[in-house]
Amino acid sequence: MSEQNKKEALPQNKNGASPLLKVDNINVYYGSIHAIKGISFEVKSGEIVTLIGANGAGKSTTLNTISGLLHPTTGDINFLEHSIVKIQPHKIVEQGIAQVPEGRRIFAQMTVRENLEMGAYIQSDGNEIKNDIEKVYELFPRLKERRKQIAGTLSGGEQQMLAMGRALMSRPKLLMLDEPSMGLAPILVEQIFKIIADVHKTGATILLVEQNAQMALSIADRGYVMETGKIITTGTGKDLLSSDEIKKAYLGG
Amino acid sequence: MTFLNFFINGISLGSIYAIIALGYTMVYGIAKMLNFAHGDVIMIGAYVCFYAISRYKLPAFVGVIGAVLICTILGIIVERLAYKPLRQAPSLAVLITAIGVSYLLQNSALLMWSSNPKFFKPIIARGAFKFFDGQLSISHITILTIATCVLIMIALSVFINRSRLGKAMRACSEDKGAAQLMGINVNATISLTFAIGSGLAAIAGALLCSAYPTLTPTTGSLPGIKAFTAAVFGGIGSIPGAFLGCLMLGVIEIFAKSYISSQLSDAVVFAVLIIVLLVKPAGLLGRMTQEKV
Repeated sequence: MSEQNKKEALPQNKNGASPLLKVDNINVYYGSIHAIKGISFEVKSGEIVTLIGANGAGKSTTLNTISGLLHPTTGDINFLEHSIVKIQPHKIVEQGIAQVPEGRRIFAQMTVRENLEMGAYIQSDGNEIKNDIEKVYELFPRLKERRKQIAGTLSGGEQQMLAMGRALMSRPKLLMLDEPSMGLAPILVEQIFKIIADVHKTGATILLVEQNAQMALSIADRGYVMETGKIITTGTGKDLLSSDEIKKAYLGG
Repeated sequence: MTFLNFFINGISLGSIYAIIALGYTMVYGIAKMLNFAHGDVIMIGAYVCFYAISRYKLPAFVGVIGAVLICTILGIIVERLAYKPLRQAPSLAVLITAIGVSYLLQNSALLMWSSNPKFFKPIIARGAFKFFDGQLSISHITILTIATCVLIMIALSVFINRSRLGKAMRACSEDKGAAQLMGINVNATISLTFAIGSGLAAIAGALLCSAYPTLTPTTGSLPGIKAFTAAVFGGIGSIPGAFLGCLMLGVIEIFAKSYISSQLSDAVVFAVLIIVLLVKPAGLLGRMTQEKV
């Protein structure tokens, strides 16, 4: 577990007492459907935390609520000890939360490079943006090769890389990933998870939503298991992976 | 030679439609709504210009700039008060609201300026350049109209394709949710689109009334409908499509007027539109979008 030790040694872990993100008993409705039923969890600086659970458990709804696209009827979300539930989505990005949405949602008619520029929309310094784009190209050399290509022509794996690169362009303090493995071939899933681990090593804090519980728990510090809008259990990634109950319900055996 | 004369007049009329159609097509591209009040913004712009030039004796360019400013503000206010509250509403509700705004503007104009036609003084001196012993004559206003249209098209293409705000507009038109996740203020971007479209409508109003000088509260509606038609013809949401569609519509209209009958010209124009849409339902340059389930 040298990997684990390295994480703890990272400097941004020092303020472990107050979490980077604290979700406190939120309830979210879609019209009359009660999608999120009073969940609470937290993400500390430097961690990878994963929300796992079946389709419809409320994982994406949770991320969209943190991003400000949805609003909780009750409860609070604190980021860096300030409430963000009443803030508009574009301001939340400015505070340092970026989301890679489910289904990637890249701008299909814009070029790869323009997509990355859109990711840096809140940055104003042109030179810094150029440097950041180069950094993303280092992380994803495939994107550099295809920088002038229209994003809609990329393969699924490349689109996922672009969506992640685009989110990193805002220099987030917290990177939220919604089902990054969805619809990808197994070999690409492994590649994407390796990249997530690499991004984490650069100091990013990550909140990962996944249906692929096995992969998610294997790289996560901690995990929360969601079922029909509630968190039913929580633990370290390792503990959840070896828990019989979780194995039966989510890991297929 | 008369053929060339008609052709140039058609291009000039088409240029006015193109400036109007930009407002329709940009707003459609981003807000996914048909702003049927757009034609009436043209009329308001023309009245502002008329009062500035004929009543207050201001120089023409001051009148045009004043009209652009007032229409820009009008566009932003209309969007904020009438359309923004309906952002989540069904598109039919938005459409009906737009028609309502159109009547509101027309009737306000009727109240303020009465239904008596005003004789619009052209924004540049009347006159024409003669070629081939006077066989071919191109009026100053024709040249100004075509030049203005080309200039606006180039400026707008550069803005949309190169600038940060222009790219944000394209991002919003593709996916508003994803655009918000980039930190783009979608509401402000939509306001900006209305502002640009309405400002251009004012310019179109001044050019339109310089070529066809009778100004009444309903002056804007028919050119508005035709420009909208041409935008659909070229592929709604596409700026080059709107440009091409409008030029073609202008030429067809003038030819139909000259060679067939001026009463039938609009019927010919719309018949061509129907045929094009039967063959190419997305318009000349429009993209067929597949609704993903």
